[in-house]
Amino acid sequence: MTAQSKAISNPDRPRRAVALISGGLDSMLAAKVIQEQGIEVQGLNFYTGFCVEGHTHAIRAKVRAKPKRNNALWVAEQLGIKLNIIDVSEEYKDIVLNPRYGYGQHLNPCLDCKIFMVNKAQAWGFMEENGFDFIITGEVIGQRPKSQRKETMPLIARESGAQDRLLRPLCAQHLPETLPEREGWVDRDALYGFHGRNRKPQMALAEQFGLTDYAQPAGGCCFLTDKSYSAKLADLWSARGKRDYELDDIMLLKVGRHIRPSETYKLIVGREEGENNYLEGYRKQFAHLRCESHRGPLTLIDGAPNAADIEQAARIAARYSQGRDAAEVTMSVHHPNGVSEVLTVTPYAPQEIPERWHV
Amino acid sequence: MSEAQLDTRGMLCPIPVIRTQDRVRELAAGDVLEIVATDPGVLHDIPSWCRVHGHELLETSETNNEIRIRLRVCAP
Repeated sequence: MTAQSKAISNPDRPRRAVALISGGLDSMLAAKVIQEQGIEVQGLNFYTGFCVEGHTHAIRAKVRAKPKRNNALWVAEQLGIKLNIIDVSEEYKDIVLNPRYGYGQHLNPCLDCKIFMVNKAQAWGFMEENGFDFIITGEVIGQRPKSQRKETMPLIARESGAQDRLLRPLCAQHLPETLPEREGWVDRDALYGFHGRNRKPQMALAEQFGLTDYAQPAGGCCFLTDKSYSAKLADLWSARGKRDYELDDIMLLKVGRHIRPSETYKLIVGREEGENNYLEGYRKQFAHLRCESHRGPLTLIDGAPNAADIEQAARIAARYSQGRDAAEVTMSVHHPNGVSEVLTVTPYAPQEIPERWHV
Repeated sequence: MSEAQLDTRGMLCPIPVIRTQDRVRELAAGDVLEIVATDPGVLHDIPSWCRVHGHELLETSETNNEIRIRLRVCAP
């Protein structure tokens, strides 16, 4: 007997729901609506490697000065629920590289992502040792152009394998009855019929629940919805001649100024102290440049530059040092094999670094 | 009662929290876990994670850009 059939066969057992918690308002409200019906809710949050939270806050010094929080944990605290954070970054590659339903506006595979996460929640939640009965998400019909549409709702339920155990409390009244509704575990009349991009109903519901502090990140919580980030990822694939990435690659796309003067190499120039400190962690893996005669950023060289490329790289990196207006600047080049050399170069003038080099 | 250590130096949040969560799962109630980290985000996130799961935060300290957090595992 499976965990699912056991759950059904014991009608007196209190019901439990697992909620996908992104840290934003909608998933917080969805969990709260179900809690209000007396159901025990626990949260699940997935770490894909592309999460906006965390890394950028930690890296950039100016942001670092501000207090930061993990919004998913914050939501769990506000709701008084447990939250499990699961690292899916390795498995998630296949979603980013081979999305069955394609990308959204940028390299965001939102529909495949939602199917993947609901499937993971199902696998985790319906395990006998965890014993959850259904899954809830904060999806709202019409909220997102790629993944949250009337026709994608049944698709996600079907393709994830969750079927009628997937409940969307915020728009349930626009959707067919799910198992928790049919079985009377939750009251359909006390669910909602939100739709569209208007956020006012959610904000009003938050106020009704006394929830005043919540995150509403523009474009969601994923770097793949960001135009500039997606352009950097596309450039990485193009330069390497294959669509693949390691976790370090996608971390580095979040940091620094990315300049590609040729197909053979790219520079990652730290923009401030926090980024320089972060890039220091990669100095053993990458050839890198330092300015010896003036203050300047750490610059990583990604690729396979030849000697002429190295000199060009030094001139570009010198442009971002305090010696940018000097006739000559001394730069040191450090190769991953431990060999170092010193170059004296004339920094590029701004017009010598064309806009198209900026990834 | 045992005392365990977890090194998350060089990792950025939420990875230290995930590693903490996974390590605590292997420990018994009453055990103490000391986490070493470099991302200052842990100063907020690990205490928050402890509150969410009912574990006891014993101590946090920061020296030379290295952060140490000690917690006592509580029964689920």
